[in-house]
Amino acid sequence: MHRRGVGAGAIARRKLTEAKYKERGTVLAEDQLAQMSKQLETFRTHLQAFASKHKQEIRRSPEFRLQFQDMCATIGVDPLASGKGFWAEVLGVGDFYYELGVQIIEVCLALRHRNGGLITLEELQQQVLKGRGKFAQDVSADDLLRAIKKLKVLGSGFGIIPVGGTFLVQSVPAELNMDHTVVLQLAEKKGFVTVSEIRDSLKWETERAKQVLEHLLKEGMAWLDPSPVIPVVPSPIPVIPIPVIPVPGAPAEGGHGLAGSQSRYSRCSQSHSRYSHSRYSRSRSTC
Amino acid sequence: MDRFSWTTGLLELGETLVVQQRGVRLSDGEEKVKFDSGVLLLSTHRLIWRDHKNHECCIAVPLSQIVFIEEQAAGIGKSAKIVVHLHPASSNKEPGPFQSSKYSYVKLSFKEHGQIEFYRRLSEEITQRRWESMPTGQAMQVNKDSQAGRIRAVGIVGIERKLEEKRKETDKNISEAFEDLSKLMEKAKEMVELSKSIANKIKEKQGDITEDETIRFKSYLLSMGIANPVTRETYGSGTQYHMQLAKQLAGILQTPLEERGGIMSLTEVYCLVNRARGLELLSPEDLVNACKMLESLKLPLRLRIFDSGVMVIELQSHNEEEMVAAALETVSEKGSLTADEFAKLVGMSVLLAKERLLLAEKMGHLCRDDSVEGLRFYPNLFLTQS
Repeated sequence: MHRRGVGAGAIARRKLTEAKYKERGTVLAEDQLAQMSKQLETFRTHLQAFASKHKQEIRRSPEFRLQFQDMCATIGVDPLASGKGFWAEVLGVGDFYYELGVQIIEVCLALRHRNGGLITLEELQQQVLKGRGKFAQDVSADDLLRAIKKLKVLGSGFGIIPVGGTFLVQSVPAELNMDHTVVLQLAEKKGFVTVSEIRDSLKWETERAKQVLEHLLKEGMAWLDPSPVIPVVPSPIPVIPIPVIPVPGAPAEGGHGLAGSQSRYSRCSQSHSRYSHSRYSRSRSTC
Repeated sequence: MDRFSWTTGLLELGETLVVQQRGVRLSDGEEKVKFDSGVLLLSTHRLIWRDHKNHECCIAVPLSQIVFIEEQAAGIGKSAKIVVHLHPASSNKEPGPFQSSKYSYVKLSFKEHGQIEFYRRLSEEITQRRWESMPTGQAMQVNKDSQAGRIRAVGIVGIERKLEEKRKETDKNISEAFEDLSKLMEKAKEMVELSKSIANKIKEKQGDITEDETIRFKSYLLSMGIANPVTRETYGSGTQYHMQLAKQLAGILQTPLEERGGIMSLTEVYCLVNRARGLELLSPEDLVNACKMLESLKLPLRLRIFDSGVMVIELQSHNEEEMVAAALETVSEKGSLTADEFAKLVGMSVLLAKERLLLAEKMGHLCRDDSVEGLRFYPNLFLTQS
């Protein structure tokens, strides 16, 4: 009787079958790669047709760009990953954002010494638009945010901090944890914040509030205004009458302008009791 | 322009500022007037223009006077504009810069951009008509008159109709663009699905895929902008493209690096390279992926990542540890230095100056004094004078 599956011959046969399966596996992947290559070419053609009709729209319309970006994100595609990608090469969407990245870096670098590396998205937008000149396309807040997200990978501390309804853009590698960002959000409302306000609204202990404020001071992201607040009134009287149309050139609200580094810090060394009435305002440039 | 009135520029009670934009010129219809450069403010009730030099020169028109608005795109030598069509001035209007005008519209030229946001906000305010629910003394009166004004303004209706048609045409173009976009995205989605199934196959095979196939697959993913799901890497997310790029960079950056003391931050490199290219710019990821390959390709530059996460490109010949010795001397001479002061003295960027001082501290040569006055470095006397 023939006994199947036993003996050297059977083993050899099994090995052969296994090898054939493996080979087939390789062939399958090869097939799929070839298929992908072909489909890529087809896709590229579609993209070219789309570009010939709508390339202008991408450069001209922030709304269209936004829609485009959202749809890419939904399907799991990053059109800005590489300048060598189809999106950049055919649609030209890359150059728009990569150049914007350069402009953002330059603006942040130029203003760093005044604002410690933190700038509102609005101010960044204004400065970038100024630098782009008359004939360049308009850029939206969304454009800036996307460009900044890409810049993060360069390791120089670019980040986005949500505050109130808008954002702060960080451009220095300073460590800002949740405590810091929460206080920055609080300060953004009036342009300044006091230790007692932090205690009241966030229910923190004085020590915690002070630590956070000192860190922001150290990083050069906040100014200290030690003028005492009149204790009769529960909240500080706003310095500016409502309503305000800011006149360019006037000193920044709620704080001191560009005091020399010596005079700024010498105030801190004054008596401790002043601390709780002191107001911390975010350094901001007066453009 | 005869619809405008002089104003102090202060907002009334109940009136809120919505948006403002500087660098705006006002024109009376097609004619230029003296309102050449100023800040344009939009409130819930009015459109206000104030001269940027002479703040006393401030004029406004109630939003209720606006019939409709349209955008005019920028051209060569011309800024983008918003055209604001207005009802005729009401009889009890406050005095303004012009008694009469032959135009029923004004043009706002945005010399410093900002027209897109402004147009959006202005449209919103005109639609929402918030001035009706937040009455200030002035606004109510003007509203009443604008009803009468409507009956009188027959000529405007014709213009309205033409512009409505034009708007429909533009809308059609836009919706066509969005339709095409949706179709394109469907196809892109198919590519993503296909790449996922290939990635799964590769995972299953676990090592039976050739190097060649991996490289091919990675370049396909790069073309589509799909993140690489296969973790087994030889050169990071790099591809042939990045290898070539790395070699190019080695050529381009040699001289700039020498000029900058042998070291540059990656953001500096990004700006330098892209400004030089002008077109077909590199993405930040392209740059990082290329730089990651520098060392393994035995090129004369390398990527270095400091503890803080700051990334730099150094010449191979550059020895940061040696520079630390020089830094120590500089700090000792001055007694103590902050990163800003050190940067100014040596002529470096503050970012790199800080990293050098931190490295010196790590190596034990410097001590820090961290206070609200800033971070200051001193020579480490504990080491030298113990």
